[in-house]
This record gives sequence, structure tokens and C-alpha cells, in this order.
Amino acid sequence: MTIRSSVETAAISTAAVLVALLLFGGFAAARGLDPLEVYRVLYVGAFGTWFAVQNTLTQAAPLMLTALCTAVPARAGLLVIGGEGALVIGGLATVLAGVPLAGAPAPLGIALLCAAGAVAGGLWVGAAGALRHWRGVNETISTLLLNYIAIAVLNHLITGPIRDFAQVLKPASWSLGEHLRIGDVPGTSVHWGLAFGVAACALLWVLMRRTTFGFAVDILGGNVRAARMAGLPVGAMVLVACFLGGAAAGLAGAVEVVAVHGFASSSLVVGYGYAGILVAFLARQNPLAIVFVSVLLGGISASGGLLQRRFGLPDAATLVLRGLLFVAVLASTTLYGRLRVFRRP
Amino acid sequence: MTELGWAGVLVAVAGGAVRVSTPYLFVSLGETLTEKSGRVNLGLEGTLVLGAMSAYGVAHLSGSPWLGVLVAGVAGAGFGLGHGAVCGLARVNDVAMGIALFLLGTGLAFYLGKPFIEPVAPRLPHLAFGAWSASPQVRAALDVSPLFVAGAVLAPVLRWALGNTKWGLVVRTVGDNSDAAKALGWPVSLVRTLATVAGGFLAGVGGSFLSLQYPGTWNEALSSGQGLMAIALVIFARWDPMACFYASLLFGGATALGPALQSVGVTTNYYLYGAAPYVLTLGLLVYSSSTRHTLVGAPSELTISR
Amino acid sequence: MTERPRLTRRQLLATAGGAVAAGVFSDLVSGQDAGAAVKPITAGFIYVGPRNDYGWNQAHAVAAKKIARLEGVKIVEQENVPETVEVEKVMEGMIQQDGARAVFATSFGYWPHVLKIARKYPDVLFPHIGALWKEGDPKNTIGYRGYMEEPHYLCGVAAGHMTKTGKIGFLGSKPLYFIFNNCNGFILGARSVNPKVTCQVVITGDWNNPVREAEVTGSLIDQGVDVIVANVDSAKVVVENSERRGIYTCGYHTDLSELAPRGFLTGAEWNWAAGGRFVQAWQTGGQYPNLLRGGFRQDMVAISPFGRAVPEDVRAKILKIRQGFADDSVKLYRGPLKDNEGNVVLKDGQVIANDDNKFKLAVNFLVEGAIGKTGLKK
Repeated sequence: MTIRSSVETAAISTAAVLVALLLFGGFAAARGLDPLEVYRVLYVGAFGTWFAVQNTLTQAAPLMLTALCTAVPARAGLLVIGGEGALVIGGLATVLAGVPLAGAPAPLGIALLCAAGAVAGGLWVGAAGALRHWRGVNETISTLLLNYIAIAVLNHLITGPIRDFAQVLKPASWSLGEHLRIGDVPGTSVHWGLAFGVAACALLWVLMRRTTFGFAVDILGGNVRAARMAGLPVGAMVLVACFLGGAAAGLAGAVEVVAVHGFASSSLVVGYGYAGILVAFLARQNPLAIVFVSVLLGGISASGGLLQRRFGLPDAATLVLRGLLFVAVLASTTLYGRLRVFRRP
Repeated sequence: MTELGWAGVLVAVAGGAVRVSTPYLFVSLGETLTEKSGRVNLGLEGTLVLGAMSAYGVAHLSGSPWLGVLVAGVAGAGFGLGHGAVCGLARVNDVAMGIALFLLGTGLAFYLGKPFIEPVAPRLPHLAFGAWSASPQVRAALDVSPLFVAGAVLAPVLRWALGNTKWGLVVRTVGDNSDAAKALGWPVSLVRTLATVAGGFLAGVGGSFLSLQYPGTWNEALSSGQGLMAIALVIFARWDPMACFYASLLFGGATALGPALQSVGVTTNYYLYGAAPYVLTLGLLVYSSSTRHTLVGAPSELTISR
Repeated sequence: MTERPRLTRRQLLATAGGAVAAGVFSDLVSGQDAGAAVKPITAGFIYVGPRNDYGWNQAHAVAAKKIARLEGVKIVEQENVPETVEVEKVMEGMIQQDGARAVFATSFGYWPHVLKIARKYPDVLFPHIGALWKEGDPKNTIGYRGYMEEPHYLCGVAAGHMTKTGKIGFLGSKPLYFIFNNCNGFILGARSVNPKVTCQVVITGDWNNPVREAEVTGSLIDQGVDVIVANVDSAKVVVENSERRGIYTCGYHTDLSELAPRGFLTGAEWNWAAGGRFVQAWQTGGQYPNLLRGGFRQDMVAISPFGRAVPEDVRAKILKIRQGFADDSVKLYRGPLKDNEGNVVLKDGQVIANDDNKFKLAVNFLVEGAIGKTGLKK
């Protein structure tokens, strides 16, 4: 990526974000609110205080991982929207792996739990990749259906086969041992999932941008026929890309279990997967950009509460802002290469 | 009231096919028309929810459910116009744009729909096809929505129009070979946009069924992905409006199966029955897809079938 | 005709509950020393769904509105907060950004998160609606909850009188102990007036799934059921669809009588007004209980106004039983009692006290007459 094209990306994306914010201001004004005041509270709620920053980072952590579920296969030309399901399956696998690992020493046990979640999520989305490659089943539709199926499997298991009947709060699985839980990053109230997210994004950035494999995947994403002609193992690459994406979302599920809940329940299904799709597109499928976009969107979620409490805006206001951002950024893709400033002399 | 027992399961599934299928039917017909022109609109779930909300809100405020249906259609058409216009720009990915509009549509519906969760809106009337029967179960199963009838009429009409009219030819040509359409002097982008607008209109009307007919309420959990499944349904209906109709009935029946079984005392595994429509869709997709040839009936300009 | 004066529901929401029965509680909650100045306090309310849902969340929002009218109390509210780390951030946000000194967590699954945050903020009071507090939990947390099986028993009495087919239906959301307690209460009530009544028990699996709720309602009616009560987040869909099919329904959470002018019998309602006394006690440094459970005797539950279908003698009978709960002369679980698989639960003469929380938490059976399974471990 040249400096010129980076500047172009930054300029166009910023413009799109501004347009979305402007439109959102219109919504606020239509309710009789002062848009500037709304922007100020948005900022304060997201980044204004140390508490707000920690809140934002907590919200951002799962988004980084679920965004990778869309971003990695996207580089191979696939549109996967199965982050929600892979997260659920990853969380379930973590709980199940907790049984044989109950006696494992903490660092090893936790690492293996996370690995179990990642592998399960990877296989889940990998299956969609396999269906795509060998049966021609559209991966967007299949991963969407797999989301619903994963949620049904979760609900079925936690109300029967793996239910902890001592938990009267809600149907939930048995819990991991206390020693297999990880808490917050020391000195903060942000759980360790953030570190996992940043690390996964960095790792996948290196893989996609700095290795032959990443280069080959880009060729595949550009043109399947060209990739075949170059003798690339298209099937294997589709599978690996889907597996890596699913593994990231599965890891997000593992983190929810290991760091937040300690058990699997319907609290795994709160829309992190769908928000991840948005993050991936806003970041233009670039793993490093995902870190920053996640923080931006995490900030919107974090300040959504303050918008509700200060202005009586419905909670869906954050959904509207997210939707506007998504539309504006997608529409702005038409500008690339068209603006004279960024053209090569 | 006499009890029907296991026969009641059949009545319920058959009735459910008619009761639950209408949103699938309208969204899939709309999506078929849109996709025939070579464009995908994955945002119809958002359109469906927005349609449901606006229909309920308007019916509540005006007292007229039919006005609600109309407004739902218009709102859907507006969203279709947005989709069509933005996707008409160069390099904009219509699949991604659909997902964006899915998010925006549900977000807007929840945002604007808050004040309508609690109030009651007048419902659409039923057509009592079962008035001849002495059995209240049969009468209830044959209380058919006028929207269902409209959809059932629309399916063959759309099929005929796509196959036999000049308009149909234009839409199909634009969807199959945009270069040829351009050579003939047809406005490709305009045709696609109009097809998307029409598709959005139908999806909006489908949403009004959810809020004004069955289950006949507005809240944020009203649609459990019917709009998304309807899009999947278009693929294995092979872009044939009549097949969409039959597939919609199948889906409605699949949705009704779990509750019907539970009410005769099959009380375990209800989550798995609930997943029946999704598993069914996936199974049919795996069965009907193939890598070797493009699906019969698939518009070749379609991003999703490439 | 309804029993209360004919107000519209909205007026009721706006005016009800100004007068909170306090007498029974004076031994539990002693706030407001005479003459002490009332310190201003901000109370936060966190809801799991929309607060005008005609159901669970609305019941809490109604209580919040009452509490907001107390002297020196200001409230902040946030809705649609999931039971994840997010609720922890919302609680902290209310404390840090809005200066809240009391935070009401109104969803069952918030409890582990409440315990975590309460330890961090000992100067903030955390009432939670689960009544799960036990010795060793932070003293600045409160668990409180009404025994909803008691008003369900009264609904059952109405259902038992009104059913023509002898078949009634219970539609539940999740397989949880309190849902099955409500179900048992409903059936015991119905069979107390008509021992031949059977009850179809269907669990939908979701707190809120309108299409499935409507389908279950229709299927139950097709099976001959002619009175339904629904334990879901909002029973609006079930009540409206039952009304359309011309059968009777009972309400849940809040007053749903307006939705079914012909078929509504009565309904089981919460009375969360105790929350106001917690706030006042916290404000003034008074006493408060950490665990508070109660039924009619403690004024923590209520029934909805009778629908016009309920005849005068049935109303009188129901009100008499309600009085029985209030003065503790009526017991809900009493022997001889069998479950629906024929096992003896209580022998003749065995009686479970109405506030025996331990027994109720362990309810994993459906009483005789129920058609269905709990799926809970025996």
C-alpha cells in the first residue's frame, strides 16, 4: 500500500464517518435535541474519561475477533457472516473442553480452553467454506443459517444435556473451575479479551500482508480463475481462510466464557458477530484497521447508554448510527480512484 | 370444542403453512424480481422489520390497517430506492450494501418503533374460507389473510409477466447479459433500480403482515430472520415465483411443526424443532447447489451466484 | 366490569401505587427517622428489554416511576441491556457518570454481575429482583421477589370455573423453577374447583418470540384448550390471539385486561413497590433486609382487575382466597399432592409454608393434571 493510497483511504473513510455523523445529528435534531450536545455526549461517553475509555475497550474486545471472521475470508473473495454462530460454538466447545481440563494447571489449561474454542469456531465456518468449494453453496447464506442453527444447538444443550441444574438464574451450562478463569488486565476493568483481540489482529495482519500465503489469498480474492491458472490450491486456501476467520470468532466465544461468564448461556448471543461484519467492512478487511474501527464502534456502544440516560434517546439510536456509518462507508467506496488529488501525476 | 389430537398436528401444520408463509412469500417474490434484474438485496430483512413497524404505527395512529399496509410498502420501496441508487454507483458491493441496509432498517424500525410497542393497532380482516365447516379448528385454519391471497395471485402473475411480457424480457436481459441490454439501448441501472424498488415494496408489505395480521403485534423480536430466510429460499426456488410460493408454504409448515407437536405433549427438544426451517433451508441448498454448472434460472449477472 | 374504578390503563400506570402498603413492612424496613433531612439520591434502573413492553420490563418501569416520585429521588433508566459484561459497565456508568447511589438490576441473569460490581462500590445499593441473596454476599445488595405462584393460583381458580372443555393451557418461556411454580399454582387453583381439569404445559424456549407464541396459542386452542396463561416477557401476543379465537386468558406481569375485553379473566401481577422503601432506607441510613420474598401477605404480588366474563360469585371466591393468602390461612402446596408422573410429593397432612423459599427453589416437578415435563433434574 503506497502512502498516497493510505492517505486516500484515510481521507475518504473520514469523510464517510463525518457524513454519517451529520445524518445522525439530523435524527437527534428531529427529536428536538441539540446535535452538538449529542456529539459532545457521544465523545464523553466513549473517550471522555478513564472509565469511558475502559468501557469502550471492553466493548471493542469481542468485535476485533468477530470482525476477523468476515475480514479473513473476504480477502479470499468470500462474504462470510457467520461470526455470531462461530462465537456460540466456540463458547460451547470451551465449556465442553473444561471437563477433561478441570485438573489442568492454570496457564496451560486456559490456553487449551481457548484453543478448543478457536478450533471449534474454525471448523464451523470451515464447513461453510467446504460447502462453498465442493458443493457451490453460497457462503453468505450458509453461514447465516449456521448462526441460527448454532444458537438452537446452544439452547438445546444448556437446557438439557450440559445444563447445570443448580443455576436457577437461567438455563446455563456447568461452570469452569475458578482457576481456569481469567480476569481483567491488571490496573484496569478491561478483561483480557482485549489483548487476545489485538494479538489476533496483528498476527493475521502479518499472515495476510507479509507472507506468500497472504499474497496467494489476495490473488484468489481478486480472481478465482487467475488463481487456478497460477496453480494455487484454491480449495485448501478457501478452507484455511474460512477456518482462520471462524477460529477468531470461536476465540471470542472462548473469551466470553473464560473471562466473563464462566459458563455458556444465551448471554453468548448478544450480536457481537453481526457487529463484527460492520467492523470488517469499515476497516476494509484490513486486520490492523479492525483494531481501530473496533475501538470506534465500541465507543459508540459505550456512549449509547449515556445517550439514553441523558437525552432519553432509544437504545436503537446506536443501531441507527452504526447503520448510517455502514451505508456511508460502503457508498464512499465508489470514490476511490476518482478524486483528482489522489491520482498519480 | 372437540379435540383433534394428532390429527390436530396435521391441521396445525397445514394451517401454519398458510398463516406463517406470507412474509416469506412476499419477500421471496420481491427478491426474485430484484435478482432477476441482476442485483441482490440482502437488506430485505431490515425492510421487512421496517415495514412491520411502519404498518403498525400508521394503523395505530390512523385506525386504518390498509393504510398501514400501503405505508409499509412505500417505506420498503424507499429503502429499495436507496439500495438501488447506491448500488448503481461504480464498485459498490451490493451484497455488503444489503447487509448495511439490514442493520440500518432494523435500527430505524427499533428507533422509530419504541412508542408503538405498547399500543394496540387494528388488525387486517380475515377471509373466512372455512365458514362451511362445523369444526372450529378447521374454521380457524381456513381464516385466510387477504395478503396471503394477494401473494398467491401475485406469484403466477409475476411468473407470467417475467416470461411473457416486454417488461419481463427487459428485466431478464438486464439480469442475464447487461452488455446485450446496453447494446439494445435499455437503461440497465434504471431497470435494476426499479426492480429493487418493487422488491422493497413487496418486502415492506410482507412486514405489514407480521404486525397487522399474524402474530399481529409490534415488538423488537417480531421477525426471527424471516426476511433473511426468504432470500435463501429464492436460491433453491431457482428464481421461479411459483416455486417461491410452494417453498414459502413448506417453510410456514416447518415453523408450525414444533408448536403443534408440543401442544400434543411432545415436550422435549423444542429448540431443535425451532431450528427446523433453518436446517431445512441449508439442507435444500446443499442438495440443490452444484459447482459444475450455474443453477438453472440463475441470472448470470448476479454477484451471489457467481 | 372491572373491580377497580374504570380508569384507562395509562391513567392507572400514572396514578397507581402512590400509596404503598407500608404497615406490614415496618418491622423489616425502618427508614426516615422523624425530622431527619432527606438527602437527595439518584437511582438507576436497568432493564433487559424495552420498558413499555406490556410485560416484565413495564412492571419495573411502573415501579421506577413510583420511586421517582419519592422525596429527593431522581431516576435514570437504561433499557435493552444484555446479561453480559455490558451490564457491569452500565452499572458503573450510572454510578460514575450519573452519580447513582442505588442501582436496580431488573433481570434475573444480572445477579453475578451485580455481585461483582457491588463489592467494588460499597457506598451504592444494588437491589436485584431475583431474591438470591445469601449469607456472605455483599451487604449492599438486596434480593427481592414476589411469590407469583399465589396470584397464579387465583388465576387457576378463575380458569377452573370458566373452562368448558376442562382443558387449560400454560405457555412458558424458559424451563426455570419459578415458571414451574407459577404453572403448578395455576393448575392447583384450577383443580381446587374442578379436579378433572388438565393443563397442557408448553415451553416455547424464548423470552420473546411472537410467531412461536401465536402458533402455540393456536395449537393449544385446536387441542381444545379454552383458558391460557402465558409466562413470557410480554403476554400481549398470547392474550390478543386468544381473544380473537374466542377463548379465555389470564394476564401476567402487568394489567393486560384492556387487550381482551371479552375473554380476560384476571392476571398475576408483581408489586415491586418495596424498591421505594429500600431507596428511602439507603437515603436515611435506615434498616433494610438483604433478602425479601413474599406473596399477598407481604403485599408483593397482586391480581389484575377481573374481566367482565367473570361472574360475581367467582370473584367473591377468588377475593376470599386472596384474603386467605394474606392472612396465611391458605397454603399453596399441601398434601396429599402427587406430581404428574404419579409420584407422591407431599403426604396427606404435609403442608409447605407459603414462604418456604427452599422448597420452591427446588421445584422440579409438575403437579397432577399437568400434561408436559419440566426437563429439570429430579
